Amino acid sequence: MAEALNQKQNFFKGIIKENPVFVMLLGMCPALGVTSSAFNGLGMGVATLFVLLMSNIVVSLIKKQIPSKVRIPAFIIVIASFVTIVEMVLEAFIPFLYEQLGIFIPLIVVNCLILGRAEAFASKNNLWSSIVDALGMGIGFTIALTALGAVREILGNGSIFDFKFIAEDANTFILFILPPGAFIALAYLAYLFNKISTKTAN
Amino acid sequence: MDYILILISAVFVNNIILAQFLGICPFFGVSNKVSTSVGMSGAVLFVMTIATLATFLLHQYVLVPAGLDYLRTITFILVIASLVQMVEIMLKKVSPPLYQALGVFLPLITTNCAVLGVAILALGLENVSLLKAVFFAISHSVGFALALILFASLREHLELANLPKGMKGVPINLLVAGLLSLAFLGFTGLV
Repeated sequence: MAEALNQKQNFFKGIIKENPVFVMLLGMCPALGVTSSAFNGLGMGVATLFVLLMSNIVVSLIKKQIPSKVRIPAFIIVIASFVTIVEMVLEAFIPFLYEQLGIFIPLIVVNCLILGRAEAFASKNNLWSSIVDALGMGIGFTIALTALGAVREILGNGSIFDFKFIAEDANTFILFILPPGAFIALAYLAYLFNKISTKTAN
Repeated sequence: MDYILILISAVFVNNIILAQFLGICPFFGVSNKVSTSVGMSGAVLFVMTIATLATFLLHQYVLVPAGLDYLRTITFILVIASLVQMVEIMLKKVSPPLYQALGVFLPLITTNCAVLGVAILALGLENVSLLKAVFFAISHSVGFALALILFASLREHLELANLPKGMKGVPINLLVAGLLSLAFLGFTGLV
């Protein structure tokens, strides 16, 4: 019973208390770089979730075999292999998304979220906890990216998931699709997140 | 002329941090003091230039002739990681003062996506040559230094500002970065 409760906490900490984007500021480059639409944010989130899950599984399985001095390069190789798989799969099956995400797909390798979880969690915990941790963190990351993408798309383009809800020729807040909009939108989302999570904590 | 365009484009128009969102982690991580941000900029200039030189040669003369282009991501990150280690060891021996100045920042650079990003982006340049790729890397690290040092100076002033409670820390830093990025947007159309 206590075990199950711990796993539940382990899962939800990634979504709220230690949300990678809003609270821990991990993986900021893709969070800001690809979220000009909700769909891109979701795609990037799912790709990262996959790499995070697989690397956490492998790292927690081989943690005893890796000498601690070379563990970081070993983790990076594990992560890079899965990133290459994602790169090839996306190019073959979802070329549209592959083009939209561009340079940020190979850059999943250096996403500090993934290396951070491998080092801080998967290398110290058993397989099952590592899977739960990866799912929680990955889903928290996906939610954050999708939310940021949705806000930017609604304000900047008047649409959500490519569904346009204002007139074709209406003026929109184009700033939010441009780079500064990414910083500003995330600033206010992080502010809201802070407010809400401190309120619920009290 | 080509080279001047690359420089202006990399420093002002497509600034690596403020327009392309690469290297955001050190941008927020080490920007609380101007002096540390100068150190970090120096380390990035150093590593980015050498890393692009090494990865470009590797790509041109090993990966492409062997038809192994898809291994780009894995090999590049390995080269960069080992290069950073080597630079650290060599600096310690050859130039202790420089090591003192850059030392703490070097390990952080392995996971700096700007280095890997620039190495990959340099491959996509028009009529790319070794000299052009290296110049591209140097221009981008100048852009990195400019954005980082500007932001650090802004943050030092922010310490004294009286802010609403929830706005302190992350949100206000992001907002200031947004305004800085907005200022850089003014350079659009320069190239």
